Amino acid sequence: MGVRSEQPPGVVAYVNARLLDPASGLDDTGTLIADGEVIADLGPDVKAPKGAARVDCGGHCLAPGLVDMRVQLREPGEEHKGTLASAGRAATSGGITTMVALPNTHPVVDDMSVLEFIARRARKLGLTKVYPYGALTKGLEGKELAEIGMLAEAGALAFTDGIKGVADSQVLRQALSYAATFGLLVVEHAEDPSLAADGVMNAGETATRLGLAGIPREAEIIMVERDVRLAELTGCRLHFAHLSTADAIDVVRRAKARSLGITCDTAPPYFALNETAVGDYRTFAKLSPPLRDETDRQAVVEGLKDGTIDAIASDHAPHDEDAKRLPFAQAAFGGVGLETLLAVSLELYHNGQMTLLDVLKRLTSGPADVLGLSTGRLAKGGPADLVIFDPEKAWKVDADDLLSKSKNSPFDGRPVQGKVLQTVIDGRTVFRAEE
Amino acid sequence: MADAATAASFPHRHLLGIEGLSPDEITLLLDRSESYVEQNRQADKKKAILNGRTIINLFFEASTRTRTSFELAGKRLGGDVINMSVSDSSIKKGETLIDTAMTLNAMHPDVLVIRHPDSGAAMLLSEKVNCAVINAGDGSHEHPTQALLDALTIRRRKGGITGLRVAICGDISHSRVARSNIHLLNIMGARVRLIAPRTLVPSAAERLGVEVFHDMIEGLKDCDIVMMLRLQRERMHANFFPSIREYFHFFGLDYEKLAAAKPDAFIMHPGPMNRGVEIDSEVADDIGRSAIREQVEMGVAVRMACLEILADNLPLTEGG
Repeated sequence: MGVRSEQPPGVVAYVNARLLDPASGLDDTGTLIADGEVIADLGPDVKAPKGAARVDCGGHCLAPGLVDMRVQLREPGEEHKGTLASAGRAATSGGITTMVALPNTHPVVDDMSVLEFIARRARKLGLTKVYPYGALTKGLEGKELAEIGMLAEAGALAFTDGIKGVADSQVLRQALSYAATFGLLVVEHAEDPSLAADGVMNAGETATRLGLAGIPREAEIIMVERDVRLAELTGCRLHFAHLSTADAIDVVRRAKARSLGITCDTAPPYFALNETAVGDYRTFAKLSPPLRDETDRQAVVEGLKDGTIDAIASDHAPHDEDAKRLPFAQAAFGGVGLETLLAVSLELYHNGQMTLLDVLKRLTSGPADVLGLSTGRLAKGGPADLVIFDPEKAWKVDADDLLSKSKNSPFDGRPVQGKVLQTVIDGRTVFRAEE
Repeated sequence: MADAATAASFPHRHLLGIEGLSPDEITLLLDRSESYVEQNRQADKKKAILNGRTIINLFFEASTRTRTSFELAGKRLGGDVINMSVSDSSIKKGETLIDTAMTLNAMHPDVLVIRHPDSGAAMLLSEKVNCAVINAGDGSHEHPTQALLDALTIRRRKGGITGLRVAICGDISHSRVARSNIHLLNIMGARVRLIAPRTLVPSAAERLGVEVFHDMIEGLKDCDIVMMLRLQRERMHANFFPSIREYFHFFGLDYEKLAAAKPDAFIMHPGPMNRGVEIDSEVADDIGRSAIREQVEMGVAVRMACLEILADNLPLTEGG
């Protein structure tokens, strides 16, 4: 299942497909022709050329491969939780053809050599394409600027301190100003660490009943408000990761109305779950930011519907058993998400909240556009990165069946609809579902 | 000693900054400086214009080169020159400055040359003394004699200043040399560009009448003159830039970037240079491209001219 040994297979015609390309608005049955690594043609009236290999899509959906803009790969440094290889297999089974990796590896991606290591390893594996984020500050400590200019030249797509926000306003101001020198994008985990303190779940009734320290929603809101001001002061483009509260999304909505170069994403847990998922101290539901109350969850759905939220990213954060099988306060934050990204996102379509094309946009051209990537679309001459999926096929998420090395899924046990049948990267099939 | 003609064409008691001077006033200072360049190259460099005058160099900031330059200037004009260095540890904000000024004032100096780490210190001093005050650099505000010697260097090489494209590169935010030069070059009709990372460009810089560039090669295109500013390494710790090697890679002057400027473009630097930080060693020492040594020579001539012109404006007796 998906090993790099084959050459891209000449000309392949994907026939009998429901072609979906959010970037161009295409939603029609037709054929897509891939020639080697690129898309040669696509459309309702395109005919398969003689001698081409044929893949019958059986009327199923053929869309651009998903672009997951927030993934923690754990390699180098924590290979017991996950590796580039295990993440690659999990991602391709989830229809993800591009992922962008956070810099919080060991060592941190604040140096060109680490960046090049990851890029080289990923290329050799030939699975999902991996792009790196570069560290915004040295060691992700939030104190001294990393060598952003040189990291960008070496291939870093954007800059972030990963799972931490930058606490010191002057440090962030300098970082944004410096990044703006080169027109670079900064990505923020918007959470005030002093307000979050030792909180382990959303502050509120559930936390109170369970006797768990709470993280107030203001920890996210205040940081987003502050950061937007600093982005405006410095003229830097800024993207907020995994927004989870109504007010923060509203700040972004207003900033966009003022054309401020602000974008944001959310992750499936924040529109599909709320804090009740913590239930009886379920550590698989311990996430950062924490699952919020129902009002905030609905606001996230609204934000996705009206386009305030540009992308849905998996926020894949693998943790081994040792890190999660602990009293709630001691367990690590985070859940895996590569294999459930598509299916859980499709709930927005199945619930009638968004069109299929709109949901896919948040998973393909939306994140690609934020990052300035030319992928995430079906375009003539573009890379043949494709996903063929059946949006109706029902299955149940079972943590033990996940391909990911770590099994900490907040969706464990959830019935979902939407199965990936085949994933193609640069014209090569890297995943095919068992019949 | 008071020259009515001088008083009419340079009607100022002090030289605190370039901002506010007219093109004619600057031209007068440059013309007078020109005459001293020749004199400084003779065996007998003295002209007894300032005989009997007392000049005190009051330096609150360490500086060998500027102070020596002013000292030579005063002595070559026959004046009595005293150097006073006030060490950092004895500076309390404003108080020591005024105390020192009042004390000195009672000793009837004719000219006080002041260098101080705080912007506005020269003006503050000038309000408390009866003599003429020359600003030898106040904080990040102005360093007028530096801009004048830079202008003289340019004028001698290019025959004029109007219409020239000048790029000022480096830590603009903290630079009094940059500010004085921006004012002077604009007054004289040159076109000024700033090249620096955004963190080193002060707020609303464009309002000073400059074009701001963050890409050095773009900014140097078709420039006649490249003025490099010294970058203090300490700025790295306040996150103005991440590392020396990154700064040099994007904003250091090397031959590759210099190639974007005009083929006969020359390089200037107020000194002292940080080799390998803002400027490549080879480029700095390239006598074909660098005017750095000329700048130092012009410095003494310019300071002689400023001392002469300000002394000209002094009344014969106090209160006169």
